[in-house]
Amino acid sequence: MISIEHISKKFRKLQALDNINAGFEPGQVVSLVGPNGSGKTTLIKCILGMVRPDRGDILVNGHSVQQQHGYRKQIGYMPQIGRYPDNMKIRQLFEMLYTLRQDEAENTDRELIRDFELENIFEKPMRTLSGGTRQKVSAALAFLFNPPILILDEPTAGLDPLAAEILKAKMMKEKKKDKLILITSHILSDLDELTSHIMYMQDGKQIFFKDLDAVREDTGEIKLGRAIARIMKGDGPGNAWNGRMFSVITGDKII
Amino acid sequence: MRYCFLICIMIFAGYANGNTILVGKGGRVSTIREGISMAVNGDPVMVLPGIYKEGHLTITKSIALIGKDRPVLDGEHKYEILLVSGKNIRVSGFEFRNSGYSAMNDFASVKVVDARQILISDNHITGAYFAIHISNTAGATVRDNRIEGTPRSEQLTGNAIHCWKSSEALIENNHVQGHRDGIYFEFVTHSLIRNNISEKNIRYGLHFMFSNDDTYQHNTFQDNGAGVAVMYSSKVKMERNLFEDNWGPSAYGILLKDISDSYIFHNTFRRNTMALHLEGSSRIDIRYNRFSENGWAVKVQASCENNKFHHNNFTGNSFDVGTNGSISLNDFYNNYWDKYEGYDINHDGIGDIPYHPVSMYSMIVEQNPATLMLFRSFTVQLIDKAEKAIPSLTPENLTDTKPFMKPVQL
Amino acid sequence: MIKLSRYVLYDILRSRIIIAYTLFLLIVSCSMFQMEENSSKALLSLLNIVLIVLPLVSLVFTTIHYYNSYEFIELMSSQPMSRTRILMSEYTGVSIALLSAFFIGVGIPVLIYMPDETGFALLFAGAALTLVFTSLAFFASVRARDKARGIGFALLLWFYFALIYDGLVLLILFSFSDYPLEKLTLVLSALNPIDLGRIFIILKMDISALMGYTGALYKDFFGSGTGVLFTGGIMLVWIVVPLWLAVKKFKHKDL
Repeated sequence: MISIEHISKKFRKLQALDNINAGFEPGQVVSLVGPNGSGKTTLIKCILGMVRPDRGDILVNGHSVQQQHGYRKQIGYMPQIGRYPDNMKIRQLFEMLYTLRQDEAENTDRELIRDFELENIFEKPMRTLSGGTRQKVSAALAFLFNPPILILDEPTAGLDPLAAEILKAKMMKEKKKDKLILITSHILSDLDELTSHIMYMQDGKQIFFKDLDAVREDTGEIKLGRAIARIMKGDGPGNAWNGRMFSVITGDKII
Repeated sequence: MRYCFLICIMIFAGYANGNTILVGKGGRVSTIREGISMAVNGDPVMVLPGIYKEGHLTITKSIALIGKDRPVLDGEHKYEILLVSGKNIRVSGFEFRNSGYSAMNDFASVKVVDARQILISDNHITGAYFAIHISNTAGATVRDNRIEGTPRSEQLTGNAIHCWKSSEALIENNHVQGHRDGIYFEFVTHSLIRNNISEKNIRYGLHFMFSNDDTYQHNTFQDNGAGVAVMYSSKVKMERNLFEDNWGPSAYGILLKDISDSYIFHNTFRRNTMALHLEGSSRIDIRYNRFSENGWAVKVQASCENNKFHHNNFTGNSFDVGTNGSISLNDFYNNYWDKYEGYDINHDGIGDIPYHPVSMYSMIVEQNPATLMLFRSFTVQLIDKAEKAIPSLTPENLTDTKPFMKPVQL
Repeated sequence: MIKLSRYVLYDILRSRIIIAYTLFLLIVSCSMFQMEENSSKALLSLLNIVLIVLPLVSLVFTTIHYYNSYEFIELMSSQPMSRTRILMSEYTGVSIALLSAFFIGVGIPVLIYMPDETGFALLFAGAALTLVFTSLAFFASVRARDKARGIGFALLLWFYFALIYDGLVLLILFSFSDYPLEKLTLVLSALNPIDLGRIFIILKMDISALMGYTGALYKDFFGSGTGVLFTGGIMLVWIVVPLWLAVKKFKHKDL
């Protein structure tokens, strides 16, 4: 469904992506994992056509995304930080998207709008919203046109636990509809129940891309966090972040 | 009835004692030439309506040649139509058309030479080289004529009313247009030009040289190629004239060159490229004039001295005063300048700080005309403000020391 | 495009800055006409507003707006929409907002107090300059890497066109004063939209002065039909070229 072919991207001196190669298929929930600055967001932006790779190509349903925009109809995107025009009301934002994508307007998915109870605050201007509420809006937007591919950048980061659960339930539901869901997150526990595949990145390099069962088999660990930590230990990169992640996993917050 | 009418005209014209000679269809003779030759001093020659092509006619007797219902004298583009020489001659009521052109002679529709007490009135003159040409004549009156030239080049077109070496001329209520110069005076003294309209002439509306002790008043000069030029004369009175819309690289409301001891009172200068230009002139009193919406209201060359500018209103001009020198020997006082930004603390109606009517930028433009491109730009405004704070290039003594706060009532 | 710019416009029209700008123009214009006894002096002050304030506000407002809408632009570029369409919508929205401010703030007072040729020339030049400098601001913002540089670049453009350029012209005209410069000044005036707008206005305002010397050339040239076409054409070039360069850059830019 999405095939990433040898893409590399350099921002001045920083090698953001280094020869990434992967294929994502329907029904998969791929967790993109890695420390800050490892290239997760850049990879997502490449898929969305917001960043142009220096080398390599990305195909969505067999077509290159370079200088195209029509393929984005198939992608719902939830950015890490959603910022909207200050004076626009929530209702207007949705209206705008309905207007912009008129031809798809009959097949919309308004479940998240309902579940997040966004209609109660429909008349509020964007600048008055808290970060969490904006995340809810972003999430609702991502699912709005019922796209077969969902790309969610740190989806649960700013959400309260209740909202995070609603979102996870929604992802679960969409996964069952054979959709491809691409998530970046550094709170690994969130991904446990959903994830089918893991792609681990560091310094722009793809360290591995495996399905969860393989990872578990390899490591003998059930918990995703532990499994990854085990791998990292085995590879022995000795990275400071790995240590931190490991400690997070063993901390109280997890389980 | 008809005789009654003729008698009336004769009485009116002051030739009632003569025998009227009727010319034309139904008249005593059929040609004007015959009429003129039959007439004796004091006879009116009445020309009936019609078109007369008689080549060149000459009048030397004291007669009145009067057109009834405007008969046409056609010069067929070949002839000077009428030559007048003598005294007490009158020519009225005709239409002169198509008089000839000559590169050698100043062919005119009506030429007056060596004459006294001549009246040329109520004629229409079209398509002439020179329309009315007067020389060496005393007491010529040119009144109520309409003269319309066909503007060609300066060389191919003569003047509408041309006076040379004459005195006591009276030029009034004429409407002239489309000639080289509307009214031309050279060596004409003790004369009066009034209530004329001179417009759309190729060169000057009024061209005035070596003519002392003359007055022109209540005239309108508009849209002439170069405006009005008054040169090499003294004791000229210029009053209550309107100078309007004289546009062009060398167009002036009035160009004064070597003029002295003269008056410019109560004139209105509106929308001229240069309203009043003074060169080599001295002792001119300029007061009660309105200068509005001109490019340059006044341009005083450094060669001028002892001229007085006072009680004039300057409004909406692009530049108030321009000059080419760094010293000024002229007086400016008690004028109203709309650009004046001073204050009047004691409320006596006179601004407490002097006004500098010459801007830095006008000096720059004087030196380098191409910089006109930057007119009213922010940079130029900064330069002007800086110069106002620390004057360095503009003539320091060219100031209105007592500027009025309100316009002068005119 | 219209659909999207409608929402961009809607957002801007509610912003305090644009309302303040409109009121500022309205108050200044009205008080000029009220205070000055002759309208030509008021016109002179308005001329300065049109030639100095208008470009500055257009540049700074547009640049700030661009960076403030950056995330929104990102979101839009994740939608099935071409980059060209996004930037053009932004341009349309911003320029309509600035034009409305200008027409309300300056246009209405001019129509009330001075509805003559000069007034209309002022409005035409003002509108053209708004469009030109909005376009230049987009060019500056798209090229600059961050907000500070973007605003710096915009201010630099303003300094150049409002002040430095005329200083250079003065220098050139004096350095080459021995040569015929009339034609050169025509070319020089076309190379700065502010100068072009200014000459267009003063042709109506100071026609008498402009008939002298080289000015007659302006009258003959700009006053004729070809001159009006020339002014309009060059203004259009100043609108289109920076915008086109901005779009070109924006299409290949990493967001």
